[in-house]
Amino acid sequence: MPKRTDIHKILIIGSGPIVIGQACEFDYSGTQACKALREEGFEVVLVNSNPATIMTDPEFANRTYIEPITPEAIEKIIERARPAAPLPPLGGQTGLNVSMELWKRGVLDKYGVEMIGAKAEAIAKGEDRDLFKKAMQRIGLDVPISGIAHNLDEARAVARDIGRLPLIIRPAYTLGGTGGGIAYNREEFDAMAARGIELSPISEVLIEESLVGWKEFEMEVMRDRMDNCVVICSIENFDPMGVHTGDSITVAPIQTLTDKEYQVMRDASFACIREIGVETGGSNIQFAVNPDNGRMTIIEMNPRVSRSSALASKATGFPIAKIAAKLAVGYTLDEIPNDITKSTPASFEPTIDYVVVKIPRFTFEKFPKADATLTTQMKSVGEAMAIGRTFKESLQKALRSLEISRFGLGGDGKAVRIDGQLIQDDEILPVETITKKLVTPNADRIFFLRHAMRAGMTIDQIFDLTKIDRWFLHHMKEIVDFEAELAKAKTLDGRLLAAKQMGFSDRQLANLTGSTEDEVRATRKKAGIVPTYRLVDTCAAEFEAYTPYYYSTYGDEDETRQNDKRKVMILGGGPNRIGQGIEFDYCCVHAAFALKELGFETIMVNSNPETVSTDYDTSDKLYFEPLTLEDVLNIYEREQCWGAIAQFGGQTPLNLALGLQKHGVNIIGTSPQNIEIAEDRKFFAAMLDKLKIPQPPNGLATNEDEAVAAAAKLGYPVLVRPSFVLGGRAMQIVYNEEDLRHYMRFAVEASHRRPVLVDKFLDDAIEVDVDCIADVGLPNGGNVVIGGILEHIEFAGVHSGDAAMVLPAHTLSKKVLQTIRDYTDAMARELKVIGLMNVQYAVKDNIVYVLEVNPRASRTVPFVSKAIGAPLAKLASKVMTGKTLKELKFTKEITPKYYSVKESVFPFNRFFGVDIILGPEMKSTGEVMGIDADLGVAYAKSQMAAQPPLPTSGNVFISVRDSDKNAVLPAARLLGDLGFNLFATEGTAKALAAAGVPVTALFKLTEGRPNVLDMLKNGEIALVINTPSGDKAPRADEIRIRTAAVQCRVPIMTTLTSAVAAVQGIAALKKHGVTVCSLQEYHAR
Amino acid sequence: MDAVLALEDGLVFRGQGFGACTSACGEAVFNTSMTGYQEILTDPSYKGQIVAMTYPEIGNYGINTLDVESWQPHVAGFVIRQLSPVASNWRSEFTLDAYLKKYNLPGIQGVDTRRLTKHLRTRGAMKAFISTEPVSDADATKRARDWKGIVGVDYVVEVTHKKAFHWEGYGQWSANWDIPRGATLDEARVAKGETGQFQGMFDALPTPGYRIVAFDYGIKYNILRRLRQRGFDTHVLPATATAKEAMALKPDGVFLSNGPGDPEALPYAHRAVRDLLGEVPIFGICLGHQILGHAFGGRTFKLKFGHRGANQPVKELRTGKVLITSQNHGFAVDAKSLNTDEVEVTQINLNDQTVEGMRHKKHPVFSVQYHPEASPGPHDAGYLFDEFKRLIEDYRRKK
Repeated sequence: MPKRTDIHKILIIGSGPIVIGQACEFDYSGTQACKALREEGFEVVLVNSNPATIMTDPEFANRTYIEPITPEAIEKIIERARPAAPLPPLGGQTGLNVSMELWKRGVLDKYGVEMIGAKAEAIAKGEDRDLFKKAMQRIGLDVPISGIAHNLDEARAVARDIGRLPLIIRPAYTLGGTGGGIAYNREEFDAMAARGIELSPISEVLIEESLVGWKEFEMEVMRDRMDNCVVICSIENFDPMGVHTGDSITVAPIQTLTDKEYQVMRDASFACIREIGVETGGSNIQFAVNPDNGRMTIIEMNPRVSRSSALASKATGFPIAKIAAKLAVGYTLDEIPNDITKSTPASFEPTIDYVVVKIPRFTFEKFPKADATLTTQMKSVGEAMAIGRTFKESLQKALRSLEISRFGLGGDGKAVRIDGQLIQDDEILPVETITKKLVTPNADRIFFLRHAMRAGMTIDQIFDLTKIDRWFLHHMKEIVDFEAELAKAKTLDGRLLAAKQMGFSDRQLANLTGSTEDEVRATRKKAGIVPTYRLVDTCAAEFEAYTPYYYSTYGDEDETRQNDKRKVMILGGGPNRIGQGIEFDYCCVHAAFALKELGFETIMVNSNPETVSTDYDTSDKLYFEPLTLEDVLNIYEREQCWGAIAQFGGQTPLNLALGLQKHGVNIIGTSPQNIEIAEDRKFFAAMLDKLKIPQPPNGLATNEDEAVAAAAKLGYPVLVRPSFVLGGRAMQIVYNEEDLRHYMRFAVEASHRRPVLVDKFLDDAIEVDVDCIADVGLPNGGNVVIGGILEHIEFAGVHSGDAAMVLPAHTLSKKVLQTIRDYTDAMARELKVIGLMNVQYAVKDNIVYVLEVNPRASRTVPFVSKAIGAPLAKLASKVMTGKTLKELKFTKEITPKYYSVKESVFPFNRFFGVDIILGPEMKSTGEVMGIDADLGVAYAKSQMAAQPPLPTSGNVFISVRDSDKNAVLPAARLLGDLGFNLFATEGTAKALAAAGVPVTALFKLTEGRPNVLDMLKNGEIALVINTPSGDKAPRADEIRIRTAAVQCRVPIMTTLTSAVAAVQGIAALKKHGVTVCSLQEYHAR
Repeated sequence: MDAVLALEDGLVFRGQGFGACTSACGEAVFNTSMTGYQEILTDPSYKGQIVAMTYPEIGNYGINTLDVESWQPHVAGFVIRQLSPVASNWRSEFTLDAYLKKYNLPGIQGVDTRRLTKHLRTRGAMKAFISTEPVSDADATKRARDWKGIVGVDYVVEVTHKKAFHWEGYGQWSANWDIPRGATLDEARVAKGETGQFQGMFDALPTPGYRIVAFDYGIKYNILRRLRQRGFDTHVLPATATAKEAMALKPDGVFLSNGPGDPEALPYAHRAVRDLLGEVPIFGICLGHQILGHAFGGRTFKLKFGHRGANQPVKELRTGKVLITSQNHGFAVDAKSLNTDEVEVTQINLNDQTVEGMRHKKHPVFSVQYHPEASPGPHDAGYLFDEFKRLIEDYRRKK
């Protein structure tokens, strides 16, 4: 039966900012849905607060709302745009939750809007732990045995019923699950149960059998309205139960189940999706299997498109989100053709003839105080996926895709620092050290498995410690043994092909046999051992495939199709991590679109399964491959590309640019040498001297004393950082000699080769980001056009990736703005920029200083593009292929008549106890955008989108450092005028009272109770303004207040400027209220 | 152990041998199931065939004695990309390597099975030779060319049980491999006979009801298990049995099994089935379906490379429902050869529109080309065994 004709307009709700657990996979699914629905002639209304998404590009929807994903804002959108149906299962948890909230509030009924895909009742049943469990029991599926207790006797009775330890104790309604845990013995159980009951506000604990160590599996299933069900992909977790699946290494398809067991799991998956009542679309269903007897229990289901379904789509070539969108509007699976084969329908189950490995990417180095063990709460920020013909090949490819400078499982010569100890790659570690790293799951466990094998531990010993299936361990053992063999033989003779088929990189082979990567490469090519590229075709070659989606392996036959088009390779950004996120993928996708328009054949290379760039629809050819010199060169040579773009994918491809160029790759756009000039301290200083552009005074230090001497000369505070760092890694502002000495001793390793940079820190300077586009490096070019001048809300010292920004600049004078324009123009010309350039400035006392220049795509490009309504990345790609800005008709800076505010979103709620103070080291995972004609409202919208929103009434707690006590007065007074009640600690309270601002003084945490913590926990505080006490390490009680605010989801401002912006935002909210407006309307203004 | 796989058109693959040190000829075919190599090895329908698995990692979960589809493996040889270094599953009893050794079968690993698959897809299934013994490429190719092939050859005689027997199964309990069902989990657990090592795997069997005769053209155990689980009392007759011999057992229904080779090469079977039409309700699967095609007066033809896998979409034309089915056949019934006044095509394959199911318009007879018993493969079509029961019930009521 064909599509529905009774609905015409569909609302797609995005997933908002990138946070841990919800990354760009929902941009991928939402973008696919937009395309699929518009292809079918539906009007699409889209809402998402995240400007770095492709789906919020104005051409992807009929109406694009960059507005907060809150029930209030979406109700206003529904009121204005009147869509007939929202499609909740595509926007991740955020989209699902807000749809449910709209349903509960009766908004959907009020506007006659019908949920399609999954009905509210089904979502509720799938999402609610208890309802889900009962539903599964009703259909006879096994669930973990559990019981509820309200006192110790009841708890003991439940434990007796379950009959074995360990047991999991979960107190009801405690924040972040506090008070829960796993009890391994009876004594521990009694203690934990008693504590759990005490901590639970309703004196209730759930006691559940522990499945820790069981095998974990996932099924990605789809259903249409004729009740046809199919499995798209099965996934086996390398890490057994106990580690969140997002933090687990996972493998597709399932490896260690017989057909009998697999089919039972398939039946159970369908029974589950039917019982929950997901009418159409995809679901992810998770199972645990007891490795000793095969008992299968169902763990959970997600009645929506998820991270796993993005992975499943990339792993099989089956576009789940696109098909889900078509199913939602009435099609059945057999009515939709399989894009890949063209001749067969989508009503089948993909079968694959390769192995897919996904490995999560962690950034614990950014949060040294966070608990780095892996648990049931997700902590990874991204993931890399690799495809190979065997598990071994795929595993090593995935490991070198992670961007942690590893080139495989081991043997790459990389020394790593773990728990403060430097471990050499070829070291044999003591068994005690290894055991510790095996028993408790952690990000490095995969490498310690290798160490365990090298130290002579047996597979069974390792299994007992980790419960990782022996199948995986045996394969790893083969890699480790082969590595040892190579290291002993010191030659590749007779082993080269076997090594490549096991996934060894040239780098590993070079290190193991004492040669260089270039030599291995040359030997390999001479022997004719080059990768063959294979198609991802959903059908294991049973049918001819038309979709150009490739992976490499060392096989007999290459499947790439050649033509005479000019080919441009676009290097993607690899796995998401802090500092390298969706913004760069956005730029890569734009490059693909733009170059396609110009008639080039576009070749995308990337290893991140969550992205739009790795959708096989985005570019002409997709290579799902690691972004290393070896892998990229292989593709470049195979495809005989005309050029490659390295400046869009962030740091990952940039690091490859010079090496690629050395090997004959034509890096188009600004030359890698000029990019280096901007990054090299000396060359850069020379350039600024020549152009007479000021830079904060600075020096270099190769040891502690030199650093102290340099700082003394410059005067404190100073900004210190190691050379060659990304995302502000180990960058710090230091206020005195003592702290500087500490930093030099413990935070960095300085040497002559890698000196530490010491800059005078410009206190209270206004920071400015500029994105521009230039064609001045082209022979016939000559324009430098400002894309946007973004003024930071926080003062200098906060990493630009973390700062809130306003476009157009709201406080800078015309003269300062002109200076900024002039400097930008001069530098772009000097660096012969072809494409994008980002500059960071600091403005103090009307003097403009240059902090940093990056002649490449920056994190703010998507935000600026949406704010000004011009696609900077697309334009830049065209410039890089030789088009001038004049030809492209982009020669004038656009100054919008409305304000756009970018705000950052942080993962602090995942890392409780970590201080939330911002600094030069980037910590945010994502961003949101607030747009409004009024600056205050735009700021307030950005806070609503970033969550928690600003309050419009209630109590405000203020505690600021001495130097802020005067400056905070106007904001405090305004808050009082707006009807807020002010509370403060003694010092701040005195200052406020002295200025005539009514305030209630509170005890300090150490003085007595009730204090602010009690009030926060009781929900009595609506806003916290707390600036850190300043030049010393933050005090412990301050950190407690700040983390409590995060836990209690109370907005907290930690800089005075953001506090002022917040208060103005609140005032504007109260005055104007919130209205919604589409991007298309803004751009038409 | 060096090993070779040679095709009749001259393509030769070298790899490492596993299993026994021996040689064999057969038709080279590929199977796209990602699980179920044990069931594939032991399915008598693969008699005379060298099977290549498209999924590259094989042997992962070993071999157990419960999941067999007959008393021994029947493939002529086994071709894979990589043999697992370990058998990792709580039910595993042997490694794949040991199993093939035990039954003196050659296996080859290290083959680029994707290239082989593409070759067979474009050129068609072809004669092949596999060996784990020292042999030159030229000799290997010659052995492949000299082999008698599949077309026109009766392979059924090699796999049918020579004597009639009554299927007893495993006593009171049978592994249904269904999800537990029951009003509550506890009830389901009791129904599953949760005991010992294989907890939750076995279901109590119903008392035997309808007596049926199954023609054994190479019958898979799981068909017999499924029939027994549905309450059928099954008497298995050799493939060469006549209609008279079958009717002498006074069956309530007749079942026609799967089996190997060319359906056209079985005139005795066509005759027996033709004689049974109208006498008794009949249900045919796979080769049984093709034999019915002949008994209906139709023809069969050889598919270019066959359907072998667990993901084949089949549409029920009456309801519009799509079933994901397990398939293993190199021949198909020619829809154009059927008399549409008498025979209705009930199901088609959505990939190539070939006939997947038939029903006789006058007699109580139906059949499917694929494997509703699965094993390996999805259970979507398992309800057909219930349909068979209903067909018998209707027939008895009318009589």
